Amino acid sequence: MAAERKTKLSKNLLRMKFMQRGLDSETKKQLEEEEKKIISEEHWYLDLPELKEKESFIIEEQSFLLCEDLLYGRMSFRGFNPEVEKLMLQMNAKHKAEEVEDETVELDVSDEEMARRYETLVGTIGKKFARKRDHANYEEDENGDIKPIKAKKMFLKPQD
Amino acid sequence: MAEPVSVAAEYLAGSRARAARTVLGQVVLPGEELLLPEQEDAEGPGGAGERPLSLNAGARSRVRVVCGPGLRRCGDRLLVTKCGRLRHKEPGSGGGVYWVDSQQKRYVPVKGDHVIGIVTAKSGDIFKVDVGGSEPASLSYLSFEGATKRNRPNVQVGDLIYGQFVVANKDMEPEMVCIDSCGRANGMGVIGQDGLLFKVTLGLIRKLLAPDCEIIQEVGKLYPLEIVFGMNGRIWVKAKTIQQTLILANILEACEHMTSDQRKQIFSRLAES
Repeated sequence: MAAERKTKLSKNLLRMKFMQRGLDSETKKQLEEEEKKIISEEHWYLDLPELKEKESFIIEEQSFLLCEDLLYGRMSFRGFNPEVEKLMLQMNAKHKAEEVEDETVELDVSDEEMARRYETLVGTIGKKFARKRDHANYEEDENGDIKPIKAKKMFLKPQD
Repeated sequence: MAEPVSVAAEYLAGSRARAARTVLGQVVLPGEELLLPEQEDAEGPGGAGERPLSLNAGARSRVRVVCGPGLRRCGDRLLVTKCGRLRHKEPGSGGGVYWVDSQQKRYVPVKGDHVIGIVTAKSGDIFKVDVGGSEPASLSYLSFEGATKRNRPNVQVGDLIYGQFVVANKDMEPEMVCIDSCGRANGMGVIGQDGLLFKVTLGLIRKLLAPDCEIIQEVGKLYPLEIVFGMNGRIWVKAKTIQQTLILANILEACEHMTSDQRKQIFSRLAES
């Protein structure tokens, strides 16, 4: 009878994903390895003894730019072409500047001054975004300094 | 003339590789092998004297050496491929650069070189530019500063272009651009109207572009002028009148074979007139 004899399924069909969901992990791994083996055997390879390439410390360059410091190719003298003269200064200076190592960046503004500015900045920006009720907190006294923020006024229940 | 002959005789007699350090500034011929400084100790004169024992014989701290034009890597040694004088430069980091200072007229495109090219054809989106090499270089119309698909650069056939190579090897067609890696022109692009383009040897260009070149300093004092040097041996000059331009071209062509005295004579005569 048909139920007793299993229909023979082809290998490709069995390799498809939906057929493998029911298998356990071991058989899955085996099947994967077999597939990888088939694929890697199809790749061509040279049947030679393994040659180790020696790390060479010699680099070949065909350009004269590395060897000699050459000036920039465009030149202009006695103001014939002012743009080229500007370029000459720029390119030749850049060429020399590359040799000088980077100096540490000097601070334009000291840390103390930065802290002072930031302190007042917080007040002015806060004033901009404060609502009308909070403007009382930002009133300035005689010196022009902003007063510290007072406690918020809560609703007081009338005592009856 | 005696020097190269004696060198050749010695080389043919017993081809022993010489140390690069000892040959600096001398004439080298193609086919010679040069030893780098580290290898001299290992291959010292055979049998003579005692060699100091080094603790770790296997590990040798190697610095990178760059072999420039005229030299090739041959195993651990340098092989000379052009005849000329051997030069050396010691940069900040790593080993030095060795190269051969040779003379030739035929230019071979090299990546990064700034050259003057002549536009020979315009096909579709690229220009074909003759740079003096074995094949014309290709220049895309988008490789100019501020060029977009709508805003095309104004380049006609016959224009002179100052640009640099981005691709230049023996397997591919050379490609050049008139823009640097940041997108700025930096003086590259179409060279202006008038002026004169002439050809000189490649060695002269390098001599004129050396930082301490007296010829250029003296030429600059004569009269207002503009010069563009291309590493492919082409020079473009322009001055106010045609006569001045021609004088300048003749000076630059002739100064290769003049001694410094002769040059000074000519400059003083020009300054008078």
